[in-house]
Amino acid sequence: MKLLYFAWLRSKTGIGQETVDPPEEVRTVADLLAWLPTRGPGFAAALANPAVVRVAVNQEYARPDHPLRRGDEVALFPPVTGG
Amino acid sequence: MGVSVQREDFDPGREIEAAVAGRTDAGAVCCFVGLVRDVVPGAGASALTLEHYPGMTERQLEAIEAEARDRWPLLATRIVHRYGRLEPGDRIVLVVTASAHRQAAFESCEFLMDWLKTKAPFWKLEETPEGEHWVEARDTDEAAASRWQSSGQSSVPREIKS
Repeated sequence: MKLLYFAWLRSKTGIGQETVDPPEEVRTVADLLAWLPTRGPGFAAALANPAVVRVAVNQEYARPDHPLRRGDEVALFPPVTGG
Repeated sequence: MGVSVQREDFDPGREIEAAVAGRTDAGAVCCFVGLVRDVVPGAGASALTLEHYPGMTERQLEAIEAEARDRWPLLATRIVHRYGRLEPGDRIVLVVTASAHRQAAFESCEFLMDWLKTKAPFWKLEETPEGEHWVEARDTDEAAASRWQSSGQSSVPREIKS
């Protein structure tokens, strides 16, 4: 699974993108948001408040119950501030 | 017509001309141009850097444009959004809408900006005398976008509110 981090999620995790192989119990977006903080202090800091983290699966906004598959591209980012 | 996400500046006059070139059925063209505002007036340049999610940005802008065309009788639409480092006074974003009459052009132009601000994956990193910081999303932008929800079924996925 390919993970992308943008804006302060990238600064806090120190990673722009990575490929991960999450444990089998990670089946949804919510599962992923619960698992990531266990990977280290940077991830724990970035995901301390999941309410301000937006998630896109394969470049479409996804809700917490959205199912995940191995080949997915999952992006994590703060609320958008363009325009 | 169409969507561009680019580092380069754009020429609003040319974009308006191109949007309605060769047509005689458009009685109204609306154009919105967003500029970088000096966040700390008098404190010198406060530039910003716009980051985006290549691929998803274009998809979201195209979905937003398609939604506007579903809701209003539009003859032409154009969205240009810049990324990279921009200084106060620089152009960031352009929206052009053309229709037979002004109401559809005005309304859809405002709709496109409101939805773009809450759905297109761009983030602003501001440079201030105290250092760099990520601009936070504003509730007023969410409120501006949500007022369009009641006027029809949306085909654009809403952001998750977990």
